[in-house]
Amino acid sequence: MIQLENIRVDFAVRGQSVLAVDDVSLAIERGEVFGIVGASGAGKSTLLRVINLLERPTAGRVRVAGEDITDLRGGELRRARQKIGMIFQHFNLMQNRTVYDNAAYALRVAGKSKAEIARRVPEILRLVGLEDKAQAYPAQLSGGQKQRVGIARAVANHPEVLLCDEPTSALDLETSAAILDLLKEINARLGITIVLISHEMAVIKKICTRVAVMEGGHVVEQGEAYDIFATPQHPFTRQLVEHTLNLELPPHLVDDRQGTILKVLFLGDKAEEGVLSTASIRHGVAVNILHGKIEYIGHRAVGLLVVLLTDSPDAPAGLPFPLRLQAALSYIGSQASHVEVLHD
Amino acid sequence: MIEQWIAANFSPELAKQVVELFVDLLNAFGETFLMVSISTLFAIVGGLPLGFLLHVTSRKLFWNNRLANVTGNFLVNVLRSIPFVILLVLLLPLTQWVLGTTIGPTAAAVPLSVAAIAFYARLVESSLCEVDPGVVEAAEAFGTSPLRIIATVLFPEALPGFLRGLTVTLISLIGYSAMAGIVGGGGIGDLAIRFGYYRYQTNVMVVTVVVLVVLVQLVQSLGDRLASRADKKDI
Ligand SMILES: Nc1ncnc2c1ncn2[C@@H]1O[C@H](COP(=O)(O)OP(=O)(O)OP(=O)(O)O)[C@@H](O)[C@H]1O
Ligand SMILES: [Mg+2]
Repeated sequence: MIQLENIRVDFAVRGQSVLAVDDVSLAIERGEVFGIVGASGAGKSTLLRVINLLERPTAGRVRVAGEDITDLRGGELRRARQKIGMIFQHFNLMQNRTVYDNAAYALRVAGKSKAEIARRVPEILRLVGLEDKAQAYPAQLSGGQKQRVGIARAVANHPEVLLCDEPTSALDLETSAAILDLLKEINARLGITIVLISHEMAVIKKICTRVAVMEGGHVVEQGEAYDIFATPQHPFTRQLVEHTLNLELPPHLVDDRQGTILKVLFLGDKAEEGVLSTASIRHGVAVNILHGKIEYIGHRAVGLLVVLLTDSPDAPAGLPFPLRLQAALSYIGSQASHVEVLHD
Repeated sequence: MIEQWIAANFSPELAKQVVELFVDLLNAFGETFLMVSISTLFAIVGGLPLGFLLHVTSRKLFWNNRLANVTGNFLVNVLRSIPFVILLVLLLPLTQWVLGTTIGPTAAAVPLSVAAIAFYARLVESSLCEVDPGVVEAAEAFGTSPLRIIATVLFPEALPGFLRGLTVTLISLIGYSAMAGIVGGGGIGDLAIRFGYYRYQTNVMVVTVVVLVVLVQLVQSLGDRLASRADKKDI
């Protein structure tokens, strides 16, 4: 649906050139929800704005729906943009127009007939759950409602692509979740390809099928959301995921430990409890669960446990603890998807 | 009627004076109204486009043109920095050339209009700068042409600012029109000076000042009401 090839964007700031996006290539499939995640200043917004050429790339090609739009200008570019919806972090609604007029904006621009607009606007307002607010002004709406108007405006003219620049960053958690659900529904029901930017892994995890991770203008890692989340490769991605999982231990647990602390990752539906209790019985170590979490990405689960292995008082006589611990570690390692020793 | 009432209760002398003042005041009021109306009209038809020009020539999206922008800004700044009394005198040849005379409210409307255009253009431009660039960008993202963005985004979003600016312009013009009176424009200011200053009739001065205050109050509250009706940002 969208192909970005070797995109590079330079900005001239007071004579100096700033490289915001450096040689990025992405292929986004029809009907998917593609996430772009990264820290502030990584170049996410710039890359997103290249897709509808709000930002012209210094080098590289942009293809949307099979058409190379990189060199389009004037009317041709405007017609191409009418097929690409966009929503914004700060909604960007016209303050002096009603919800109805805001939602109708893209249709009017596209030159739709009065009759068609009168038919389509109520339909689209119903889809976003604002049919009773048609005559309200943006100032009378909550943040979540404003973003719904933004979504209505963006999808009214049946775009094939919806670009979302941090659509939930100005909203509280609950409203955020509702907006993401709405986007998911729009993707599923209308088949619109969504490209979504966020600096939060939690948002990506909730709706994206695939993700690109950006740092310093580069895409450092991309792949299925599940894989990025379960087995991040790049240090920056790891840090992001770790931050989202928030498996911090209180310092006293680490300082006063009498054994080894492990982080154990289970993918899919491996029975984690079973593995740990088998390790405990078979190798005579005590397993204490310090922290744990099961995350669902799409329909698949990622289980993460932080456990402390200590000497068990009722261990069979014979093997010393370090050897039993070694055996237990290698058993868990063979059963779980990934094991990492956090503190020896 | 009032004349008879005053004559009966006070003195025929005073009654005559009041009636004369009333007639003078009405005349002066009419002249001021004429000067201010003409120049306000020019402020709108001249200042509004000029303000838009200043804005669009500074924006990449529209018509980024340094020459036009610098020229426009220079012109506006020059006109705005010349004290109005001096502008009055400087523009006498222009007035003579346009109207064939330099006397009367219509003649005074020429320098007033020039000042009004520059004044209002600046206010229009600053209202346009206050329009959220995000909203303009959204319109651009939906494939709106620059002209259409001007008509359907910039104009409606800046309209409350335009109305507030127009109120300020109108009030300034009322003040300027009093100055124009000095060089033969007539109007309320002229009346105040002729009677109050040259003839030591302080009461006439007081009355004209009161009339001016009331007029300015009326214009301001009308302007405020219109602007807040157009402004849906905080309701
Ligand atoms: N119009 C511009 N002119 C000059 N520099 C710019 C412009 N837009 C972005 N930049 C620079 O490009 C880099 C990337 O900016 P961008 O807005 O794409 O980052 P981002 O990942 O979206 O960050 P955030 O999460 O803060 O929105 C930054 O260093 C920024 O300063
Ligand atoms: Mg951004």
